[in-house]
Amino acid sequence: MQPANNTQYAIETRNLSIFYGEFEAVTNVNLQIEKQKITAIIGPSGCGKSTLLRAFNRMNDFVPTSHVRGEILLQGTNLYGKEIDPVEVRRRIGMVFQKPNPFPKSIYENIAWGARINGYKGNMDELVEQSLRAAALWDEVKDKLKQSAYALSGGQQQRLCIARTIAIQPEIILMDEPASALDPIATLKIEELMQELKRNYTIIIVTHNMQQAARVSDYTAMMMLHGDTRSGTVIEYDRTDVIFTRPKDKRTEDYVTGRFG
Amino acid sequence: MPSFTYPEKNELERFVAARYRTGWVWQVIFLSALIIAIFSLSALLLNIVDGAFGYVAYEFKKDPLTISEKPLDQLNQQELIALLQANLSRGAYNKLNNEKPMESRSQGELYNLVIERIIQVKTLQTYPLFRSLFEKAAIEAEVSERYPGARLEFRSWLSPTFLTTPQSSKAEFAGVRTAVLGSLWLVGIAIAFALPVGVGAAVYLQEYANKKSFISRVIQTNINNLAGVPSIVYGMLGLAIFVRAWEPFTSGAMFGITDTNGRTILSAGLTMGILVLPLVIINAQEAIKAVPDSLRQAAYGVGATRWQTVWHHVLPNALPGILTGSILAMSRAIGETAPLIVVGASTFITIDPQSPFTKFTALPIQIYQWTSRAQSEFQAIAAAAILVLLGLLLTLNATAILLRNRFQRRW
Ligand SMILES: Nc1ncnc2c1ncn2[C@@H]1O[C@H](COP(=O)(O)OP(=O)(O)O)[C@@H](O)[C@H]1O
Ligand SMILES: [Mg+2]
Repeated sequence: MQPANNTQYAIETRNLSIFYGEFEAVTNVNLQIEKQKITAIIGPSGCGKSTLLRAFNRMNDFVPTSHVRGEILLQGTNLYGKEIDPVEVRRRIGMVFQKPNPFPKSIYENIAWGARINGYKGNMDELVEQSLRAAALWDEVKDKLKQSAYALSGGQQQRLCIARTIAIQPEIILMDEPASALDPIATLKIEELMQELKRNYTIIIVTHNMQQAARVSDYTAMMMLHGDTRSGTVIEYDRTDVIFTRPKDKRTEDYVTGRFG
Repeated sequence: MPSFTYPEKNELERFVAARYRTGWVWQVIFLSALIIAIFSLSALLLNIVDGAFGYVAYEFKKDPLTISEKPLDQLNQQELIALLQANLSRGAYNKLNNEKPMESRSQGELYNLVIERIIQVKTLQTYPLFRSLFEKAAIEAEVSERYPGARLEFRSWLSPTFLTTPQSSKAEFAGVRTAVLGSLWLVGIAIAFALPVGVGAAVYLQEYANKKSFISRVIQTNINNLAGVPSIVYGMLGLAIFVRAWEPFTSGAMFGITDTNGRTILSAGLTMGILVLPLVIINAQEAIKAVPDSLRQAAYGVGATRWQTVWHHVLPNALPGILTGSILAMSRAIGETAPLIVVGASTFITIDPQSPFTKFTALPIQIYQWTSRAQSEFQAIAAAAILVLLGLLLTLNATAILLRNRFQRRW
């Protein structure tokens, strides 16, 4: 059994390294993600942000060559333990992707499908409404629930994807550059929504946008490639205001102030 | 700073003109290629159409006017039966009556019988469509000189009757009914086998198997190569396995059917099924590949299992592509001849196929047999049968296009 104080964090990694075949994409990450806070992962492209994020809900399993060393602990249980079912992990840790990817179905079905396959027994209409409200989308779509989700704008589609994730009641929501395909206004809506959501959920967001990280997150993890091995790791992890105002690492300072590279 | 020299003024104009000239030459070459292609294809089609219609010179063994006062097609059932009784030998009449009682035959059937057995139309010469259209006088002259007393009539060998009458040893009375039904049965069996097996295999290869593994790559390469194996090889396989080894099953002996051997529709259909299987697999794989990964991620992201993802998202979205591919596979099957000859299509049958365990013939077989007959009237019905086959192919391909347009999704 793990000591009880492990559970003060939503999720925790211990000496986590992630490989694609021989290639070690992410090295030795130790992070403690706070509950009901927004944690941003920032860093230059190719440094392994998405790889790390996908490890949290075992989406990397779909890359046949990928494997991990070390542990990711959710409530004290190692997500990569032998007895763990990755399908169950993904239900508890939801994910919102870079490009909005609603199902080619109605708005209603987009939310109902995930709930149904996970054995939801309650009132479906209620769940759909609650989830859409939680994703600040209800007022815009309540009259067209039967219409195709593809008719929505990009920003609305992304909020629908968030609603779809909320509907399966995860503990943690992972977001991989959720606003990078959206215009500034839609981006702002998503950011506001995240502030709402953190009351109930722990959120981990990957972003390449410094201002966004500074605006929305409570904690920030700075990732960087190790020069020789081309392998990424977290070089600094702290409260966001610390990372952006008085970082300890010179590379972080260069990066957040735009002097990187 | 390196110096970059480009052509100037006069030199430039010449240079640009030269580039246009080269472009123009290539354009003409491509256009000629297109014209050659169109020309050869039209020549093929015109040649077939040319054979399927045109003047026919024929004579009667007995003049219809001498055996009946009224025109034959105005006689009723009773009068036609009387006519048959009067003009046929007793034995011949009784034989026909035993095959199917005269009273139960329709007026049309009896009329055909009269034409076939009493009047005995004999085709002397057929003329192709274009000659018939443009050299009518020459044809008339030739007929009156070479076949005195013969009648000349413009005839479309392709007709509703042609579609609905079975095979006959006389070209004038032959139709493609048995062959068309045989072809439909064959394609039905082939697709009933190849679609589920092919789609299943494609789903496994795309969604489950590790595509980078050695075994997957070997299997994939083999499937691609199998799609190019000459069809006669599949025929040999069908003969060895379905006709011979599985005879108890394919002949229906297992199910209590005793009067056939292994050369049944079932054997041929399964052979065709194996023949198109690689095509179905490859097409289904392409359709599955075209379903974007983001959709799979969306499903997995809300906690779906692999099976739920495949069943609820991948397959429904790949379905139009899978269907289109299957229809194209059907077109391939409907035109194949060689494997059917090897498996043992019947040369002459007139009864509709009733079950998978009956002997069969198919359109391409029928065409092949008719084209190998010397008489010009058989060439004409072969041309008509080719038109029927082309019609079937066009229908299938049009369906494929319709399906594709109707269900195509944009992502
Ligand atoms: N599916 C994969 N297979 C092999 N290598 C991958 C795969 N995905 C990412 N990588 C590699 O892992 C490294 C980190 O990529 P990624 O996590 O996408 O970085 P980021 O999200 O920070 O831009 C890169 O070098 C990338 O090429
Ligand atoms: Mg990324």
